[in-house]
Amino acid sequence: MISLKKPAAPRGSVPALRVRGAQTADLDQVVEIDAGITGLRKAEYWGEILRRYGGGRQQRFFLVADRGGRIEGYVVGDVRDWEFGSPPCGWVFGIAVRPEARLGGIATQLLEAICEGFRRLGVDKVRTLLARDNQLVLSFFRSQGMMAAPFIPLEKDLD
Amino acid sequence: MKLQKNTHLALCSVLEFAAHPGEQLSAAEIAAKYRMSPHHLAKVLRALGRAGLVRAARGAGGGYRFAGNARRVTLMDVIGLFEDISAPKGAPRRAGRRARPEAGAAAYEVEEAVGVVLSEIDEIAKATFRSITLDTMLKLIERRRR
Repeated sequence: MISLKKPAAPRGSVPALRVRGAQTADLDQVVEIDAGITGLRKAEYWGEILRRYGGGRQQRFFLVADRGGRIEGYVVGDVRDWEFGSPPCGWVFGIAVRPEARLGGIATQLLEAICEGFRRLGVDKVRTLLARDNQLVLSFFRSQGMMAAPFIPLEKDLD
Repeated sequence: MKLQKNTHLALCSVLEFAAHPGEQLSAAEIAAKYRMSPHHLAKVLRALGRAGLVRAARGAGGGYRFAGNARRVTLMDVIGLFEDISAPKGAPRRAGRRARPEAGAAAYEVEEAVGVVLSEIDEIAKATFRSITLDTMLKLIERRRR
């Protein structure tokens, strides 16, 4: 069974959630969210992601869910002219929401926002790739209607 | 991974209950809708009840109602009640565990390699079942109806 922590009940008036492009000032919070989930602080990595994917670059998206200055989650992706003859598609390679902010539809809004960006660029398919034991995120993508793609990821040990 | 008949009965009935949360449905209704044997279904419903996915309703009419959380219960939670998923049939045997049949060493090697491939397929199937909740499944059924 999939288990998630129930979010804390909101107190008082809660600022509206806004999905927007990531900025330099958001980086510390993004690093904190990622580190909270993966256990790894990757400030340099996220700085590089912002440099390459931030600032509304053509075909690249780094979006954050901002609630009154608090970053609740992020999504990163791009449009890829895919290998082996496939037509270009939207590709999501990172999505996360603070554990205490989950079950509120934030990831759904982030995914919808990046998909809207993909649509504007003329692609009609979004794909992602993740570990098959990542049940939480797999279930999220499944709940959004994503199905198995006609690809099989392969790997081998390099001796 | 081939699913047994009881697993199919369980998936049909648990999805029917999940589609009607709070409603009490009789075993006879479900058996008629899915053209199942009421006898088989009764056994399946008892297993689902023991797993806490449905609750038997007492009193006039009897029946069952959904007792799980459709956004948390996965297909694997249901399938795992009826299938032995811990040791896939195709799992490769490790050398030394079983003596090689003297006259069939070549066949043994092929069998072992095929086992690796079947095991890979099983792992993918299990990950897929674990990633799909009842709620997602109901949405998929709805989408395919349109």
